[in-house]
Amino acid sequence: MTPLQIIFLIVAAITLGGALMVVTTRNLVHAALWLVLSLFGIAIIFVLLDAGFFAVAQVVIYIGAIAILMIFAIMLTRRVAKDSGPQINATWPIAGIVTLALFGGLFTVLQNWQQIHVLPPSFPEGYDPLQQLGVELVSPNGYLIPFEVASILLLAALIGAIVIAWSKTK
Amino acid sequence: MIPLSWYLIFAAALFCIGLFGVLSRKNAIAILMGIELMLNSVNVNLLAFWRYLNPNFVAGQVFTVIVFAVAASEVAVGLALIISIYRRRSTIVAEEINLLKY
Repeated sequence: MTPLQIIFLIVAAITLGGALMVVTTRNLVHAALWLVLSLFGIAIIFVLLDAGFFAVAQVVIYIGAIAILMIFAIMLTRRVAKDSGPQINATWPIAGIVTLALFGGLFTVLQNWQQIHVLPPSFPEGYDPLQQLGVELVSPNGYLIPFEVASILLLAALIGAIVIAWSKTK
Repeated sequence: MIPLSWYLIFAAALFCIGLFGVLSRKNAIAILMGIELMLNSVNVNLLAFWRYLNPNFVAGQVFTVIVFAVAASEVAVGLALIISIYRRRSTIVAEEINLLKY
């Protein structure tokens, strides 16, 4: 066991535990806070994958924007009198069986795959993945069009969100 | 070094937990949280495959950027829908929003 492996195992355990609390805890605000913990764990996983940029983007976008937006939505839609009932469907055992079956299937498929235990190749000399990503995202021969499509999608989603949430009563 | 399998099994477990949340929670915002977990596990998978199988090929990172954008737009539209529904029907419990059921 190298130190990196120990760090990975600890972070993975915290992340999965946080995710389990997200889907099982009754209080929704607590669920959102557990979601923040889980997202932080994934940011650390990104660092372990040599993708520091995505770790920063994860903290800024997911934790800074999405999780806070969810907490606002939870506070805007609270029903104080009726929040006390069960927060889980009556059919949750079926959902659990389906989920466990899916995980078992994925696990079996992964175990039978030959390249599963491969180790990461080292980067070539002088190769900066972040610089490469930046160049490719704005070069017409690279991924300029998908990038612009993503920004148009964001713009459309923001306008759509404003239109949907607009209150028509004066 | 950490083998690729650890990342893949971690991402599979995270995806399954998110799926369980989507299938079992009553509250629409909690369902959105489950979807967020699933999208994050996809990101972990994409970056792990990029790093371990083909680090010179930047498409894995580009896909991750697009998944980030899609997740942000999905949450914005989803929460706007939830707030709009709450304003009309005073509930966001998924099984009480059943106008299209009949």
